[in-house]
Amino acid sequence: MSTARLTRVSGALAEAEPLPQCALYELARVGQRGLLAEVIRLRGPTATLQIYEETAGLVLGEPVAPTGAALTVGLGPGLLGSILDGVGRPLGRLAEQSGDFLAPGVTAETLDPESRWAFTPALAAGARVSPGDVLGSVEERPGIRHSILVPPGISGELARLDAGTFSLADPVATLTDGRTLGLVQRWPVRRPRPVARRLPDDRPFVTGQRVFDLLFPAAEGGSIVVPGGFGTGKTVIEQSLAKYGDADIVVYVGCGERGNEMAEVLHEFPRLTDPATGRSLMDRTVMVVNTSNMPVAAREASIYLGITIAEYYRDMGYRVALLADSLSRWAEALREISARLAEMPGEEGYPTYLATRLGQFFERAGRVTALGSPSRTGAVTVVAAVSPPGGDFSEPVTQAALRISGALWALDPALAHQRQFPAVDWSMSYSLYARRLETWFESQAHSDWGELRRETLALLQRGQELRDIAGLVGPEALQGTDRLLLETARVIQEFVLGQSAYDSNDAHSPVAKTALLAGLALQLQRHAQALLASGVAFEQLDLGPVRRALALVRSAPVAAVEARAAEAAFCIAGLSRAAAT
Amino acid sequence: MTRLTRTYHGASGATGPLLFLKDTRRVALGEWVEIAQADQPLRRGQVIDAGEDTTVIQVLDETLGLAPARAAIRLTGNVPTAVVGRELLGRSFNGVGQPLDELPPPIGEALLPVAGAPLNPARRLRPTDRIETGVSAIDGLNTLVRGQKLPVFSGPGLPGLELAGRIVEWSRAPGARPFAVIFVGMGLTAREAEHFLDRFQRAGAMERSILYLNQARDPSIERLLAPRFALTQAEYLAFETGLDVLVVMADLTSYCETLREVATARQEIPGRRGFPGSMYTDLATLLERAGIVEGRAGSVTQIPILTMPDDDITHPIPDLTGYITEGQLVLSRELHRRGVEPPIDVLPSLSRLMNAGIGPGRTVPEHREWANQLYASYTQGREARLMAAIVGEAGLSEPDRRALALADRFEKEFIGQQERRDLGQTIAIGWALLESLPRDDLLRLSEPTWDARPSRLTQESR
Ligand SMILES: Nc1ncnc2c1ncn2[C@@H]1O[C@H](COP(=O)(O)OP(=O)(O)OP(=O)(O)O)[C@@H](O)[C@H]1O
Ligand SMILES: [Mg+2]
Repeated sequence: MSTARLTRVSGALAEAEPLPQCALYELARVGQRGLLAEVIRLRGPTATLQIYEETAGLVLGEPVAPTGAALTVGLGPGLLGSILDGVGRPLGRLAEQSGDFLAPGVTAETLDPESRWAFTPALAAGARVSPGDVLGSVEERPGIRHSILVPPGISGELARLDAGTFSLADPVATLTDGRTLGLVQRWPVRRPRPVARRLPDDRPFVTGQRVFDLLFPAAEGGSIVVPGGFGTGKTVIEQSLAKYGDADIVVYVGCGERGNEMAEVLHEFPRLTDPATGRSLMDRTVMVVNTSNMPVAAREASIYLGITIAEYYRDMGYRVALLADSLSRWAEALREISARLAEMPGEEGYPTYLATRLGQFFERAGRVTALGSPSRTGAVTVVAAVSPPGGDFSEPVTQAALRISGALWALDPALAHQRQFPAVDWSMSYSLYARRLETWFESQAHSDWGELRRETLALLQRGQELRDIAGLVGPEALQGTDRLLLETARVIQEFVLGQSAYDSNDAHSPVAKTALLAGLALQLQRHAQALLASGVAFEQLDLGPVRRALALVRSAPVAAVEARAAEAAFCIAGLSRAAAT
Repeated sequence: MTRLTRTYHGASGATGPLLFLKDTRRVALGEWVEIAQADQPLRRGQVIDAGEDTTVIQVLDETLGLAPARAAIRLTGNVPTAVVGRELLGRSFNGVGQPLDELPPPIGEALLPVAGAPLNPARRLRPTDRIETGVSAIDGLNTLVRGQKLPVFSGPGLPGLELAGRIVEWSRAPGARPFAVIFVGMGLTAREAEHFLDRFQRAGAMERSILYLNQARDPSIERLLAPRFALTQAEYLAFETGLDVLVVMADLTSYCETLREVATARQEIPGRRGFPGSMYTDLATLLERAGIVEGRAGSVTQIPILTMPDDDITHPIPDLTGYITEGQLVLSRELHRRGVEPPIDVLPSLSRLMNAGIGPGRTVPEHREWANQLYASYTQGREARLMAAIVGEAGLSEPDRRALALADRFEKEFIGQQERRDLGQTIAIGWALLESLPRDDLLRLSEPTWDARPSRLTQESR
């Protein structure tokens, strides 16, 4: 067969022929420099490829060589702490080869084949194994056990399984039919990894952010969408979840966003410790980084790479959080490629299969029983930021994401402009998981959690209505009870929901603290309400000290929160004394 | 990439800024093209779609009078490159790097492709060095740091360029080394450009500046290359020679309009308001060329200026820019009308890198809380102002009335300024405003911060 040659190059897309034998989604190397590309359309002898690297300088007539394989990622020990581009190349090793700026045509394996690991077998020769069975494990990072699993599609009887130190290229197990298994398995990123069974969403993914845990909780294995205009706090939320979210492993996908933000994460994470384990945060994190100026096709692939890695750790029995910032950039990459393919556009130029693709991606979230034995439960929770143009949620990406996700954390530019963070629009946000998760919160955090949640929401709602009225008639014209409600709603907004990511004591709020603060706000409302009913005038209520006491609870170090809360409660009870004098 | 040049006689068609060639071989994407035609000036162009069937060339010059059938199209075998080097400092060029100052073309230190290459994110250093701009609204509330990209969102007739001029004139690089300034004019009128240059000259900044000017009367497509020539030079000065470079680009709106013009000519499916769907990525390839690199001395800081059409911040140009940059400085027509200069509305303004540049050891320990409190009180004052417009001031609660008074003073005394202020002055003005309120109105200030407020400290020292 004659070598295929480039016949067209346009943006991230190229055409080559003759390639009659190619398969869809097969990888190919393009041009003298061997740029990585993926076949996305076949028509007769002509193949259309999306190229994962910068295409400027590609010359018509340059050779194109199919590889026979799809885009896969090597899964094995050494993923934790790594920083990969959208197609799985470690950015550190790319820099060693091509310097500070990315050059096309450089290759590097996701995992360093030279790295060596001490393997402890869990089985012995003679054992029958099937997909997902744990062959043994290595300690990937201090205290983090990495199970070596039988890859999907493989079963048989073990002829050998050795303890010892192996490189990633070495076999550790041999089956009686002669096949060998190593520490690494390859998986095509666009295909979900199989599971034994999906489990119901009845446990929370505790975020450490009061507004979410209290009002719009996330389920472990759930999928949450976080839309918001620019500067509303999506990235800060994603980063806070990466730091304080209650997950064993975090996969952070920076999809088409800023380089300096990544630099910030890379600076901060190794220096921060995981509150639960005391280890460096980077030890539990995998970063997939394809910034906005990096090739657009690799951006399209990055979310699949991220979720494949997440599923792999889920299969070991870990609770994984996949944080994607931002899905809109992924969708735009899809749109750009589709437009160059001259496909019939759907809404706002997005391809008609946008919602299907998005659905397939979100479907990969879930709490599951993993394949194989011993039995393991793992989860992938997806929290995806969405960047709607003009902050308008009616656009296709937000809408498609909403239809298939379980919770919406809507961010509001007006709140962000007022520096009310997290800038969550509570009237628009929702969580379909809330009811189911109440049982967990009531047994683990506060026996009246469901009540707390409903009352808080009701007060916020009432406060909103009154604020609208006050805007027309002035607050002085309202009755005392209404002015109190307005105040309580403000107190909730400020001290219960408000949480600064830069306050080292409050950036993370344990559920107990969340319950305490919410409880105090409700106590304030009930108590002051009773005072008004007993004839005290609103003007006589001196709320200043209460607010100051609540501020102290909020900013107290974890160990002092309860004591401060007791003081605040005392202060609230003292309102009557103050009013009486 | 240097390959043989080839000349095609006659193109198959042309529309707007585009020229189409049939049956081409060995064309490279991005290749630089020269188009000759009898009795017409030589035109330059670039391959934006390479195909054996049809190749599309984007022509940089005016296409009026271009006759495709009679043109000779020379494919140069090279991608566009810029001459870069320290000797360019003090000089001015057009949008494709040809001298405008009647001096010979520079020899330079290197020849680099203007498209640049993405900086490996793992090699970036987190920007943390504060730049003191002398503008209170920036230094106090939206701190600029070395390696940041912080645009000015202006409106028609609002003094966006004026603010950029002030920043250039007043800014002090960390460690007090002066910035090298690169100014890119895209579609500016001669008056605007001159006005800005005037400021430059008065500030004595000319000899450490380079200008790339594509004026409103110049070929519009050249606008797409001007910032790339400038940024290639900026990266060279920063990362090869260790200078701190400040790049001012105006007006990004003209740049985007040219993008739209090309997209329309290519019959691309238009995105919002006719702008191409790839505009986010295109802008990112400019704006992400700001930063600091591990192990290298210099930095590239960008201050792009754009005009929000109809003052609409949700228009795709400010919207996509805001999604890429690390914050924005938003100008307000209302403040401008009321004579507050610079008319920066701090509420929609933001510097995302502020936190890394302020606080203990960098500015003042209370900087974050101080700024949060000013924001909170000013926000309350602005809301009270709206409410007062409906119910009258008498209908306001006591705290709202106080906040309203504070908002008025804040705009006049803090935002408005004629002279450069150092950070100490900015912080002091802020404190004076805050201390006009009772403690119960200042809940963003912690007890230790409140206890360490300036008035109390001066009392104690007496
Ligand atoms: N929880 C928070 N606490 C304190 N500040 C916050 C918080 N959330 C957001 N901010 C402030 O808002 C700024 C913008 O937030 P962020 O970068 O997360 O926005 P974004 O929604 O990701 O914007 P974009 O879509 O442009 O990336 C931050 O730099 C920070 O100053
Ligand atoms: Mg963001």
